[in-house]
Amino acid sequence: MEVLIYLVPMALALGILGLVAFLWSLRSGQYDDLEGAAWRAIMDEDHAREPRDQ
Amino acid sequence: MNDVRDLSHFVEHLNGGIARLHLAIDGMTCAGCMFRIESGLTSVPNVEKARVNLTNRRLAVEWRDGTLDPAQLIDRLAELGYKAQPFDPERAEVAEAHDAHFLLRCLGVAAFAAMNIMLLSVSVWSGNLSDITPEQRDFFHWLSALIALPAAAYAGRPFFYSGVRALSTGRLNMDVPITLGVLLALGMSVFETLHHAEHAYFDSAIMLLTFLLAGRYFDQNMRRRTHAVASNLAALKAEMVCKFVSADEISEVPVVAIRAGDIVLVRPGERLAVDGVVVDGRSTIDQSLVTGETKPLSVGKAANVYAGTLNISGTLRVRVDAAASGTLLDEISRLLEKAIEARSRYVRLADRAARFYAPAVHLTALATLFGWIAVGASWHDAIVIAIAVLIITCPCALGLAIPAVQVVASGALFRAGVLLKAGDAIERLADVDTIVFDKTGTLTLPDPEVVNAADVPHHVLVLAGRLALASRHPLATAVARAVRAKAPIDGAIEEAGRGVRACVNGIEMRLGRPSFCDAEAQAAAVARQDPEASAVAVAYGEERHVLSVRQRIRPDAAASINDLRGQGFAVEILSGDRRQAVEHVAQALGVDNVRTGVAPADKIHRIEELKRAGRRVLMVGDGLNDAPALAAADVSLSPVSAAQLTQAAADAIFLGDTLAPVAAALALARRAKRIMRENLAMAVLYNAIAVPLAIFGFATPLVAAIAMSGSSVLVTANALRARKLAEKATRWKF
Repeated sequence: MEVLIYLVPMALALGILGLVAFLWSLRSGQYDDLEGAAWRAIMDEDHAREPRDQ
Repeated sequence: MNDVRDLSHFVEHLNGGIARLHLAIDGMTCAGCMFRIESGLTSVPNVEKARVNLTNRRLAVEWRDGTLDPAQLIDRLAELGYKAQPFDPERAEVAEAHDAHFLLRCLGVAAFAAMNIMLLSVSVWSGNLSDITPEQRDFFHWLSALIALPAAAYAGRPFFYSGVRALSTGRLNMDVPITLGVLLALGMSVFETLHHAEHAYFDSAIMLLTFLLAGRYFDQNMRRRTHAVASNLAALKAEMVCKFVSADEISEVPVVAIRAGDIVLVRPGERLAVDGVVVDGRSTIDQSLVTGETKPLSVGKAANVYAGTLNISGTLRVRVDAAASGTLLDEISRLLEKAIEARSRYVRLADRAARFYAPAVHLTALATLFGWIAVGASWHDAIVIAIAVLIITCPCALGLAIPAVQVVASGALFRAGVLLKAGDAIERLADVDTIVFDKTGTLTLPDPEVVNAADVPHHVLVLAGRLALASRHPLATAVARAVRAKAPIDGAIEEAGRGVRACVNGIEMRLGRPSFCDAEAQAAAVARQDPEASAVAVAYGEERHVLSVRQRIRPDAAASINDLRGQGFAVEILSGDRRQAVEHVAQALGVDNVRTGVAPADKIHRIEELKRAGRRVLMVGDGLNDAPALAAADVSLSPVSAAQLTQAAADAIFLGDTLAPVAAALALARRAKRIMRENLAMAVLYNAIAVPLAIFGFATPLVAAIAMSGSSVLVTANALRARKLAEKATRWKF
């Protein structure tokens, strides 16, 4: 059971990492527009830049 | 006339020489629009960033300060095919966004803690059945405490604050049993862990917080969404006004920047955005949006004119009069304020449930405590069991039961073309048994239309439509719209107050008053058939035709009203217009219960009379004169073409030319309320099973975990059924 000495802190650290990542994404406004974000993922980069190149 | 639009009022100046403008966008329906707008704007030189928010249909544009005129951006959007209006994000909305972030942060922390504690708890539960040593169990419990205590202190704040606030004012709300349950569960678990006990309830307390925060966040999200809809509508309605900046120079400014005493220019075909006194010019004014009266009124110097009325024939200079006391609009605002004050606060289903739930839970826990002591249990065991009762009765499913349905139902309503502005409107809509309609703009379409197009040779009608493009008179606009004219005729001359003339293929053509076109005989014949319609004459060479223009009844009004009556709703018409004009519509729709020439105050009286008779009244109206009645009714709807003040008073707005969204809204609301009740019943059923278990001391942490998550998932899954009907009623695909 000595393995717990490594496993428990590791589990906690991973959990906290996840939480920090969530809080960061929240702070950077990634939850402000859930509908739009869904579509941005499939946005064609070239197509979006086209007018700028013209 | 080239206008200068001054939008500086709305521009934010950020650090680093960046200017920002928030815009509400109309006509943005899908992700494709989002990309077009963003790429279309970033291609404008000096624009640094354009970011669309598809959820609340808004746009934030940033550019290097001083390099371009914000009006250019609006023109660019118009080129792309979108109407945009700048707006100030309201203070209430900013505060709500802040609250939503806070709730989401709490939810994140609680969910993180719940996952980690559950990992430890599952080990303990399985270990209890196999070979865990008491030392290992204690270690896991202490680890759980290490995660649970700070997480609860952070994520429990929304409940703790609200519970304490309620108690300090001597009330009980749902947050009181939640706070008590969480604190007692944590306290007891620490105590039990200190004494090397087998069970600790850290997982239950944190899981409870997680589910409840999810419900709270749904609720908040729904409120934010409805507010965003309301302020977008307000922004898109806010008109620009031509203001005289010197004796003969005009500039186009937003209405909010207009002060009393300013002189504004109102051209034919424009809607007045301010109250004031005419200082120069003569014209006729269409007051239908304000009073419901469809007959135009002629005004001259020193006449009072009101916001929301439409200038028909001449150009007016109006001195803005903010302190317009004793005017119609003032009267309407006063009535509106009174009606809002008097609106009996509807007690939401959730609050009604909470009112009886909290005391019941506390009494049960207390009874359990004394019951166990009475049968000879130790104080320690009795307290542990009583606390288990408190934990298991915590309104986990109850907290999700209603918000989850509201979120799903408001989404469904949105797709049916109904934009909710008040969250509890769904519940109020479901109770309606009487529907009161306004006539002008509600049962009829807001813009007049040509009704006898078939009587006029097609080539003449097409030419008339093209000629009509030369004028902004509402009747001319109706003629142009009838043939979807796009190409104006060269050399058309408008004679103010009379009509338009031009030479087409060497033949003289005129469009306008019957006297202007020498067609009085034909006009008289048309007037005999339909005395309420306005006549527009066309002269083409020797040909004379008269077009009959009137406000048409919404295409599906008769079917919708029939349908509503078939479902058992009482339908009534309450109009400010003249008897003859209303009766024609009432007959066409088969409505017998009609009141005409009703003043705004009398509309309220009638609605209050109905309410006293025990009716639940839905008012559907669009005019300024309807605004107080909308506020006085139990629940209210407005078409999207309604006056701004009216939309502000309504609980929901419906889109499009048909009345179908009204019936869809009622059906969806009824379904949603039924599902809410089902959910509440499920929550009660859950308690009926779980509470006896807890009272008799079988509620181990494992049982609590299964019961809580099981009931929450069930309730949420049931809420998703509120979507179903929407597919039938879906008209607006986004």
